[in-house]
Amino acid sequence: MRMLDTPILAGQPSVEGATTVRLSEAERGQRGTIIGVSAETSEGIASEELHRRLLEFGFVEGARVELIHEGLVGRNPIAVRLDDMRVALRRGDARGVLIALDSDALPLAAE
Amino acid sequence: MSTAFAAATRVALVGNPNSGKTALFNALTGSRQKVANYAGVTVERKEGHLTTPEGRTISVLDLPGTYSLRARSPDEMVTRDAVLGRLAGETPPDVVVCVADATNLRLVLRLILELKQVGRPLVLALNMFDIAQRQGLRIDIEGLSREIGAPIVTTVATRKRGIEELVAKVDELARSGVLNGPQTWREPDAGEIRSAHREAQRIMKAHVLPPERPDTWTAKIDSVLLHPVWGLVILTAIMFVMFQAVFTWATPVADLIDAGFAWLATTVGQILPPGLLTDLLTNGIISGVGSVLVFLPQILILFFFIIMLEDTGYMARAAFLLDRIMGGAGLHGRAFIPLLSSVACAIPGIMSTRVIDNKRDRLTTILVAPLMTCSARIPVYTLIIGAFIPHVKVWGLFNLPGLVMFGLYAAGIVSALVVAFVIRTFFWRGLVEPFLMELPAYKTPDPANIARNLWQRANIFLNRAGRIILPLMVLVWFLSTFPYPPAGATGPAIDYSFAGMIGHFIQPIFAPIGFSWQMTVALIPGMAAREVAVAALGTVYAVGGEADPGALSATLAHQWSLASGLAFLAWYIFAPQCAATLGVVKRETNSWKWPAIMFGYMVALAYLAAFVTYQVAHALGG
Repeated sequence: MRMLDTPILAGQPSVEGATTVRLSEAERGQRGTIIGVSAETSEGIASEELHRRLLEFGFVEGARVELIHEGLVGRNPIAVRLDDMRVALRRGDARGVLIALDSDALPLAAE
Repeated sequence: MSTAFAAATRVALVGNPNSGKTALFNALTGSRQKVANYAGVTVERKEGHLTTPEGRTISVLDLPGTYSLRARSPDEMVTRDAVLGRLAGETPPDVVVCVADATNLRLVLRLILELKQVGRPLVLALNMFDIAQRQGLRIDIEGLSREIGAPIVTTVATRKRGIEELVAKVDELARSGVLNGPQTWREPDAGEIRSAHREAQRIMKAHVLPPERPDTWTAKIDSVLLHPVWGLVILTAIMFVMFQAVFTWATPVADLIDAGFAWLATTVGQILPPGLLTDLLTNGIISGVGSVLVFLPQILILFFFIIMLEDTGYMARAAFLLDRIMGGAGLHGRAFIPLLSSVACAIPGIMSTRVIDNKRDRLTTILVAPLMTCSARIPVYTLIIGAFIPHVKVWGLFNLPGLVMFGLYAAGIVSALVVAFVIRTFFWRGLVEPFLMELPAYKTPDPANIARNLWQRANIFLNRAGRIILPLMVLVWFLSTFPYPPAGATGPAIDYSFAGMIGHFIQPIFAPIGFSWQMTVALIPGMAAREVAVAALGTVYAVGGEADPGALSATLAHQWSLASGLAFLAWYIFAPQCAATLGVVKRETNSWKWPAIMFGYMVALAYLAAFVTYQVAHALGG
């Protein structure tokens, strides 16, 4: 992985200066720490239910997350390394998960 | 229930999916298992028994895997209610054994915190402990045990290690008869889940050191198997082999079973004096049993593949790769396997829908599975195409009969996807489940577990589905045989039977789709299985369809109009002409409601398709 000082992905800088990104918009190779899990509306079940399911799977504040695989169609669904386990989910269901990216984590170059 | 079992200590196994819970269940109970359904739901109930060294009986219930007692599916509701002692017809467990993958403790610790609130004696089985040791994972067992307030036993279920210690611990707890505390569990809200996670995290940090040699294989294998392009290529190859296996490997054995039962029926028919009873025995029961057993090779081969895919951890990857593709039709990624299998036969296909957890996803898949072109349609298609479709080249490249056959297959696939889409868009709207799934570490499957699983599948099919299919087969035989033709009758015997009467009676309904009474009469015995329609047509036209398909084909070409022939093909794309399929749907859904709905919608589609085909072809001069 290349090492650069500044992240190349657009996002809002957080208080600590790290770039934050929704997990639903993250790219392959990006990693960071979950700083917020909220009840975002999704297409399917009620948002509060989705919120609790995300929490139950370990999407909690402070957890380490890295996007490791993407599907072929619309880069969806995604597989993430979440602390020491691997979880697959759809981008639409991952909207509520906010990540502070590590400053050296860049999307992998396209193959 | 015998008194010995009534007095038995009752143990419930609870744990995350992929924790090796079922392997532990097998190690505990061996072959003393019973698979049934919970009352009123389609969830499988697995119970087994074991005897302690002191001679006491312990009954073990293997509950569906879950991440939380806050149930999200019918399976998880069973787990919750069984643990809480709320499940109708079930005695609450004396001891709860929480099974954990020792290499993946984070989520199970939170489940343990919930289980503690239930107030029943709890034992934690740290399973797959050999893998944890190999990885150099250090777990402070004493400290962890103190922290969670429950004894811990380390186990390697696949090697039967730690089983005696677990049994001893369970027995000790059960005999002491102390409850852990009052039942205080209630459904946690988001805040409570968060704080439980923090607590689990704290316990984890305090008592578990991260592995020195973590599993790197899973990541390496995933970089190939989950690759957007190569992953799909490999998946296609695996599916192709599986499909080939179900389609072709099963055929010799199935043919052997077929021939064996035909021989048995003939032999019995020769030994016994001719008459009603002999006829019932040979054509009703023996051929009925044969028609159940003939599905077994396909079912076993398909389930061998499915169990391998599940036990290695690949099934979750397949669902990941196919989620978008199947999702377009509103189906779950895992629906791919049942639908592909249904191209060979809908019976194993429908049985394999149990790989789909969500009830609505599973029901949708069951409902559309019989639309896939199964191998039993081939003889019907071949007969009609042979009679009506001329051997001409299209664009100098394809021959027309081949194109029609391809079109029939394509029509099956497209209609299955469209019906699934319609069901999910109009009937079960807005209920799309989130796709949230753990990708477990890859594991080597355990041959003993595969064998036991296959044995159970075979048993379930023969005992349960067979009990529904066999009477249906006898009923079809009965309708096609009775009453006997009067003395001096000139027409074929079936014409005088109930099937003949029904065929004549419904013929006016079928007139608008161009079916003659011979065709409608053939549809009744054709309910036994689609290919039986060929023999039935042979009987009606008294030419012996199976012995000489060429003669039957020529007869049909002479007797039917082209429009009728095409309408018959259209009918067979959709029609539920298979009693066994309806029987297995009854068995899998535990209700006659779903086979009734399936029968209704398929007849409606078949009629509509045949009507349009007939009227258009007729108007064009067919």
